[in-house]
Amino acid sequence: MKVYVPRDAAAKALGANAVAASIAEEAARRGLTVEIVRNGTRGMIWLEPLVEVETDGKRLAYGPVNVADVPALLDGTLPGLGPVEDIPFFARQTRLTFARCGLIDPLDLVAYEAHGGLAGLRRALTMSAEDIVGEVKASGLRGRGGAGFPTGIKWDTVRTAEAPQKYIVCNADEGDSGTFADRMLMEGDPFTLIEGMAIAGLATGATKGFVYIRSEYPDAIEVMESAVRIGRTEGLLGPNVLGSGRAFDMEIRVGAGAYVCGEETSLLNSLEGKRGVVRAKPPLPALEGLFGRPTVVNNVLSLATIQVILEKGAAHYAAFGLGRSKGTMPIQIAGNVKHGGLFETAFGLPLGDLVSDIAGGTASGRPVKAVQVGGPLGAYIPVAQFDTPFGYEEFDQKGGLIGHAGIVVFDDSADMLKMARFAMEFCAVESCGKCTPCRLGAVRGVETIDRIARGDADAVPLLTDLCATMKDGSLCALGGFTPFPVMSALTRFPDDFARAKEAAE
Amino acid sequence: MPATVKAVPDEQISAVIAEFMSLDGPLLPMLHALQARFGHIPAAAVPLLADALNLGKAEVHGVISFYHDFRDAPSGRHVIRICRAEACQAMGGETMAERVLARLGLDWHGTTANGAVTVEPVYCLGLCACGPAAMVDGRLIGRAEAGRILAEAGA
Repeated sequence: MKVYVPRDAAAKALGANAVAASIAEEAARRGLTVEIVRNGTRGMIWLEPLVEVETDGKRLAYGPVNVADVPALLDGTLPGLGPVEDIPFFARQTRLTFARCGLIDPLDLVAYEAHGGLAGLRRALTMSAEDIVGEVKASGLRGRGGAGFPTGIKWDTVRTAEAPQKYIVCNADEGDSGTFADRMLMEGDPFTLIEGMAIAGLATGATKGFVYIRSEYPDAIEVMESAVRIGRTEGLLGPNVLGSGRAFDMEIRVGAGAYVCGEETSLLNSLEGKRGVVRAKPPLPALEGLFGRPTVVNNVLSLATIQVILEKGAAHYAAFGLGRSKGTMPIQIAGNVKHGGLFETAFGLPLGDLVSDIAGGTASGRPVKAVQVGGPLGAYIPVAQFDTPFGYEEFDQKGGLIGHAGIVVFDDSADMLKMARFAMEFCAVESCGKCTPCRLGAVRGVETIDRIARGDADAVPLLTDLCATMKDGSLCALGGFTPFPVMSALTRFPDDFARAKEAAE
Repeated sequence: MPATVKAVPDEQISAVIAEFMSLDGPLLPMLHALQARFGHIPAAAVPLLADALNLGKAEVHGVISFYHDFRDAPSGRHVIRICRAEACQAMGGETMAERVLARLGLDWHGTTANGAVTVEPVYCLGLCACGPAAMVDGRLIGRAEAGRILAEAGA
């Protein structure tokens, strides 16, 4: 009997380690031979720890399982969920980037290959750099970190740049609240990311890669470091990638608790051992990036999607999606929701379907008040705009952004003035200090919102003006986008800002 | 705050620094290793790092002080990190955090007088679908409650 117990951080936070230990103990007591596989998560966090039992090649899911359920689990009397693939939340997804996540032991390279892994890299090794870049361009893949810049065009800039050394840098500084897809992928299917980075190296002529992972993700760091070691031993990384004679190696680097290092130029400074201060662009990192060399900086999800694009072809990937938002997006459903987790689907699903239908509404059972899409720099969207289809341009038109595709749901107990204040406070804590509108504006923003809270209506136009200055006068998205949550709260939930005024009068 | 910061001998600091000299951009890996070894970045490390990397002492200090992770004094014996970000707020994280802080009589970043517990804010642990989230001495807790957090920290 084979039993799968996820090793994902969210599963562990909900007791997976204790469940795994208890299964081993109980099996030993009964004299049963049980192989426990610590897989990644399938992404249905409300069912974690989600345990799968495989007998005669069939995997059946149980969850959430706690220690007290273990005897019944081994007896076969615990009520189950059936195969994971039949659970509606899972069945409705299109899993391309996350195809293997949760299916296999993340550090089992043989299982990785048996499930389609390495096919993309093998194909890339038969292609010219130009053709690989052409394939990525044709797939329509856009930067999954939030900016949505076409990945193939970025790669082409690095490919055609002349330099003695080029780099692939993976941005795994996933600091946005409500996002956990990077973490889940690194913990559940790290070889997909390594393969994507190796392909990026072949496509651009880069022989060295770095993955910059935030220190708040110790599990992801551990899995990625192990995967890189295994990759080297097995010849996936090193001077002779899969026996091709081509070189690509990589290192895992750990951030140090600065949110702004998720911005690509801050990240490069941090990798170089400097303060994580934003750099002005130009020069583009693609031409003068890490240590002044041409550098691809891509998000985890962008690089992890390269594998399937090369394996199945650009046309397969581009057949999914909506307009200029091609392919699938791993949407992270979080906050006050009944069914939270990772839902990978083609672009185009209306926001309301995600919240009311797929997420099943709020965990508290109270009505939804607002949804913040795209992390702490994303707008608060009211229920009235739930018809907005999930796509880059569609959200842009509504004054929002999809960012890294995290959606955080709030019920009607949320106070939007407090959320606006928090956005400014967060910006003040995390500002790198380079741009005055961000460094000082965020502090003044907190004070101005406090004035509004005390009933001073004159502070409203001041806040609006301040937001405009921050938006126009900041180099990066921290200062430039903090106005999104603030202004969306102010304009779409005006009652929360006027209530204080009435109280004062 | 913990009573006194014990001085760390220079040789021990230099030994840690030496391990990373072959890396490109070695300063952050060095700082992480120093903190892992000594529980904080000893003040004596600043000139040693500056010498090793051919940097000014001010530059090294500037890097250490930029990042939230690096401490100039050891934390309490147990460290509670509570997520303050939006997804956890949506699940009552703020009230939970206030309870923990009130029980310990601390503000954010504070350490109890007996040096037992430090409470730090963290902006997202990636547990946004099972908030509110916390981490006690490296152990993650989803759907966290104040009582559970305090118990895990032995407080």
